[in-house]
Amino acid sequence: MKRVYLDNAATTKLIPEVLSEMMPYMTDIYGNPSSPHYFGQQAGMAVDKARLRVASAINAEPGEIIFTSGGSEADNTAIRGIAERYSKRGKHIITTAVEHHAVLHTCQLLEKQGYEVTYLPVDEYGMVTADQVREAMRSDTVLVTIMFANNEVGTIMPIAEIGKLCRERGVFFHTDAVQAVGHVAIDVKAMNIDMLSMSAHKFHGPKGVGALYVRKGIIVPALIVGGAQERNRRAGTENVPGIVGMGKAIELACEDLDEKGKKMAALRDKLIREIPRLIPEVKLNGHPTTRLPNNVNFSIKYIEGESILLMLDLNGIAASSGSACTSGSLDPSHVLLAMGLTHEVAHGSLRMTLSDETTEEDIDYVLEVLPKVAERLRKMSPLYHG
Amino acid sequence: MYTEKVLDHFQNPRNMGEIENYNGMGMVGNAKCGDIMQMFIRVNDEGIIEDVGFKTFGCGAAVATSSMATEMIKGKSVDEALQLSNAAVVEALEGLPPVKIHCSVLAEEAVKAAVDDYHKRMEEKKEQEQKEN
Repeated sequence: MKRVYLDNAATTKLIPEVLSEMMPYMTDIYGNPSSPHYFGQQAGMAVDKARLRVASAINAEPGEIIFTSGGSEADNTAIRGIAERYSKRGKHIITTAVEHHAVLHTCQLLEKQGYEVTYLPVDEYGMVTADQVREAMRSDTVLVTIMFANNEVGTIMPIAEIGKLCRERGVFFHTDAVQAVGHVAIDVKAMNIDMLSMSAHKFHGPKGVGALYVRKGIIVPALIVGGAQERNRRAGTENVPGIVGMGKAIELACEDLDEKGKKMAALRDKLIREIPRLIPEVKLNGHPTTRLPNNVNFSIKYIEGESILLMLDLNGIAASSGSACTSGSLDPSHVLLAMGLTHEVAHGSLRMTLSDETTEEDIDYVLEVLPKVAERLRKMSPLYHG
Repeated sequence: MYTEKVLDHFQNPRNMGEIENYNGMGMVGNAKCGDIMQMFIRVNDEGIIEDVGFKTFGCGAAVATSSMATEMIKGKSVDEALQLSNAAVVEALEGLPPVKIHCSVLAEEAVKAAVDDYHKRMEEKKEQEQKEN
């Protein structure tokens, strides 16, 4: 059966070149980077090289990169770290209603510890504005944490504007850029970003490794203590093969970033253009243009997301949904609800996320299969009277 | 995550769609939690469910449990249909993931709602006939 993978926002395929660069660090070069001997130093040099590559990708300095176990740890470290270290400046945090749970649940945890959190609402496209942030700012605001691009609907936030505002006001600015790194150009200096989270497996690197960029001069206490690794900012023996893989993957991702982005955006736009033509009563979720080059998200009215996924999977197509049934809870995606979708429409969402390996043939196959799936499920639906 | 049986009923749902001349219809669930089941039954004079149909908005498990439930009550008396438990539906499907058990409860409720509606219609019919006499 033909198989088409359109769930690259969940995770991506490890590039063979990345794997081959990682391999020696799983076999021959097994030293601990903290060890002063040859074995350790070889590994340590590899970590340094990866740190430089990661830093270069976002125009940061190597000393500003802390390797973590992934995006969630990076988010936790940044938010909890600022709250712990700078609570004297104030106990108010600004975020949005559409953040990843790694940010939302961390903020909720801080609320229990006496912090006040403003969850900015979004517009129908899942967007917040710098003006909203400005209006929410108080004298005791210590941190603004707003995602670079939304993982479900792909909407790209006005990060540079928000960064500028925060810098002017002397408020720390963290952005969860897990979905953006390796897909859109990021310059932490030009965008006035103080902290940024990323995850290797979202840009064809290995799972279990990520990084937090922390601008020089900002002190973020370690979330995990027990060793002097990462300059006392993250204890634990470094995941050397993972870090090496992340370095190579980010380098490859940022090569021809524009070109790959344009190629994906063309296929994305074909889906955005053709799906409403082939299937009546669908709704595009997310911003029509200011969105990740690889993200397509539609609600197909009258049918439910998990059924769509299941039937697509039976036809070889892997996608994702914001339906409750795919999350293990009874509520559909908080992102779609925050954008004003009704429960019914939110339950029928379908997210397809492309990679630069996605072909036009893959897209045509989706356009052939999806209308049949929608028709079949609609025939079954008590809500549809078409 | 799903058993072969569940996938079979999802791909090839039995008794799908509205049936002709039904005399009992129940609709349960709501769009908020993502599952709506509609059950149609036609009961003959002997109180036997001659035909049954369903329509479902919901996940794979919701479709499969409604499909299985229709198979289990077809040809049975309405009293027997009322005995249908969600556990029996789950067993017939060779199991469901724990988070999907509520779908089988919905299937049981849909059958009960259809039978209740049938009884209600019969009462009304009887009253109507008494009035006419």
